[in-house]
Amino acid sequence: MDKLDIKVLIKQVPNTSEVKIDPHTGTLMREGMESIINPDDLHAIEAALQLRDTHGGKVTAISMGPPQAKDVLREALGMGVDECILLTDRAFAGADTLATSYTLGKCVLRLGRFDLVIAGHQAIDGDTAQIGPQVAEFLGIPQVIRAIRLEIRGDGLLAERTAEEGTEIVKSTLPALVTVTKEANDPRYLFVPLLMAAFEEDAPIRVWGGNDIGADEAGTGLKGSPTRVRRTFTPSHNKKIERLNGMPADMARTLVERLRERKVI
Amino acid sequence: MAVWVKKSECVGCETCLDVCPIGAISMSEGIAVIGDKCNSCGACVESCPHGAIKSDASDRKADISAFKDVWVVAETRQGNIRSCTSELMGCGRGLADALGQRLCAVLAGKEVSSHAGAMAENGADIVYLMEDKGLEEGLALPYVRAITDAVLEKRPAVVLFAATPFGRELAPRVSRRLGVGLTADCTGLDIDPETKNLLQTRPAWGGNLMATIISPDTRPQMSTVRPGVMKALPAEPGRKAEVVQLKVNIKPEDQRLNIQELKKELYKHVNLTEARVIVSGGHGVESKDGFGLLEELAGLLGAEVAGTRIAVEEGWLTPDRQVGQTGKSVCPELYIACGISGAIQHSAGMMGSKTIVAINTDPAAPIFAIADIAIVEDLFKIVPELITALKMKEGEN
Ligand SMILES: Cc1cc2nc3c(=O)[nH]c(=O)nc-3n(C[C@H](O)[C@H](O)[C@H](O)COP(=O)(O)OP(=O)(O)OC[C@H]3O[C@@H](n4cnc5c(N)ncnc54)[C@H](O)[C@@H]3O)c2cc1C
Ligand SMILES: Nc1ncnc2c1ncn2[C@@H]1O[C@H](COP(=O)(O)O)[C@@H](O)[C@H]1O
Repeated sequence: MDKLDIKVLIKQVPNTSEVKIDPHTGTLMREGMESIINPDDLHAIEAALQLRDTHGGKVTAISMGPPQAKDVLREALGMGVDECILLTDRAFAGADTLATSYTLGKCVLRLGRFDLVIAGHQAIDGDTAQIGPQVAEFLGIPQVIRAIRLEIRGDGLLAERTAEEGTEIVKSTLPALVTVTKEANDPRYLFVPLLMAAFEEDAPIRVWGGNDIGADEAGTGLKGSPTRVRRTFTPSHNKKIERLNGMPADMARTLVERLRERKVI
Repeated sequence: MAVWVKKSECVGCETCLDVCPIGAISMSEGIAVIGDKCNSCGACVESCPHGAIKSDASDRKADISAFKDVWVVAETRQGNIRSCTSELMGCGRGLADALGQRLCAVLAGKEVSSHAGAMAENGADIVYLMEDKGLEEGLALPYVRAITDAVLEKRPAVVLFAATPFGRELAPRVSRRLGVGLTADCTGLDIDPETKNLLQTRPAWGGNLMATIISPDTRPQMSTVRPGVMKALPAEPGRKAEVVQLKVNIKPEDQRLNIQELKKELYKHVNLTEARVIVSGGHGVESKDGFGLLEELAGLLGAEVAGTRIAVEEGWLTPDRQVGQTGKSVCPELYIACGISGAIQHSAGMMGSKTIVAINTDPAAPIFAIADIAIVEDLFKIVPELITALKMKEGEN
């Protein structure tokens, strides 16, 4: 295989392990929430860089988001990605996965020939894991989902993916789309000189809007999104709790009794 | 949004010419033509006395009544129907009844016709049967072809997939090919009594929030549904369904991916989602030896052992035994949580359990908020006593 052209899809997400919900309104408190690169996407970048380092070629990172999503692209440059596209446009706001996959897919097509698109398996804010397969479908190419190992063999792709009862080795033609999980690799550290360069005026980050990728407004953002959030609420539980008391042996005996009463053992 | 003229219905009355606020419409050979200037405002769509001007917004809305029935896409594993499919049938039956429509099982695979009867007994009114040797388990593309073609032909209102790894690989491609919405990993489905829209509820923001999603203007409405959450109906022996064979047209481009090998030795197979009793452990169990104690308890209860992500990260359990948002969703009759704090990402995967017992030294642990029976005590004192108590015959204690 000659030099590889690889696109990586990366997303800026709020750090959901720190999510705070307003107990009164049941809504998300966005204030002070830290933005990070989606964890799986670090592994997507690493997978792309490893393939490039073996076979030569170019890695382009693409992110759709608000202007501040440039931060995650800078991080990608700091890891060694060659160039970046930030897709940002008011018309992209409010996109569900269908509209997002259309926008990302249009961008990949606009960039011309490619061998591989690598995405994270799922994003921690939405947890949908839908973007990978939807972009693959938009591009009309096969997909390997939940990959943990990638290899170029001849003119095709050999990959190991996690299945429910183990792992599977699959073979695909190229171009293909791959999503990777955390088991795939250990992402490299940021290389400080590269990161510094990413903050320079001439850093290779292009900022594109809908016109630049030839996107039809009907397909992007809220307009292109068939799904709507009708309401959000905090999960609630109204259970009667029985608290057992006494010495451990007493509690154990009472528990066995209760479980027998409930006919669960 | 795009606006266009359906030529066969345009009579050349020129009403739209006057209505268009920007003069984007002209006449050509007696038929209205919408020019490049059009900004899709839709004024002409409403004004046309003959309904000859269409827009994708209005078209979607007008068309949705043509979509009927609730479909469940069955999933097989080694040729057998999976339990998540029976759960979907139970849920789909309720939705179909609420809509006053039929429940249809979509059975696609190499050789699956023998399951048609079981689908009928599980509540199907119709079984759509698609058999082809190209429909190989685990390979999404041929299934995408078969299911998309069937949807385009039959026009269901709702299509449900199990949120298994395969379902979550298949459904997004189907939704993209059809250009419709898809809601991932739903834990609740209902029909809005007024609009008849499918109300799709799922955890968001790492399980901190629940969101109800609708797809009001497009059909079919599609969801993947988390296994272990919905309840299967008891099979009705002798119940019959109409079996309809559908053609499958798999193309060469659907066969660009193939499976070379399955390496099974990685995990010992445990099917947590089907377990009746689960003994689960977290950080508080402290070691692999600690889990040995839980194994002993599980052995007496005929239970499976599971745990939190921390237990998996520590290497005390294999990843297939992780319960929670990024692990398995389970709803056993009995879930015994030992040394588990009950973080939302964990409880998201086990809240549906019928009886939850929590053993934790910290009375403020969030697990107690969802427990039925609470024991605030050291698990290393309780579990051995529990083992002793269980070893005694009923009535002896
Ligand atoms: C995006 C994301 C996804 C995640 N997905 C999952 C997931 O799928 N599943 C999952 O489980 N977690 C998941 N987590 C992690 C989750 O947030 C928690 O960190 C984890 O569930 C905590 O595990 P734990 O209860 O074992 O540990 P801890 O929170 O450390 O709790 C241990 C508990 O044990 C008690 N304890 C200690 N010693 C004893 C003793 N001797 N006897 C009795 N009690 C004792 C302590 O009081 C404490 O409450 C996820 C996190 C993130 C950010
Ligand atoms: N806005 C976006 N920009 C770039 N990549 C994205 C975007 N949204 C999702 N992705 C990619 O799709 C993966 C899965 O996201 P999701 O389907 O939302 O769980 C992520 O890990 C990213 O690789």
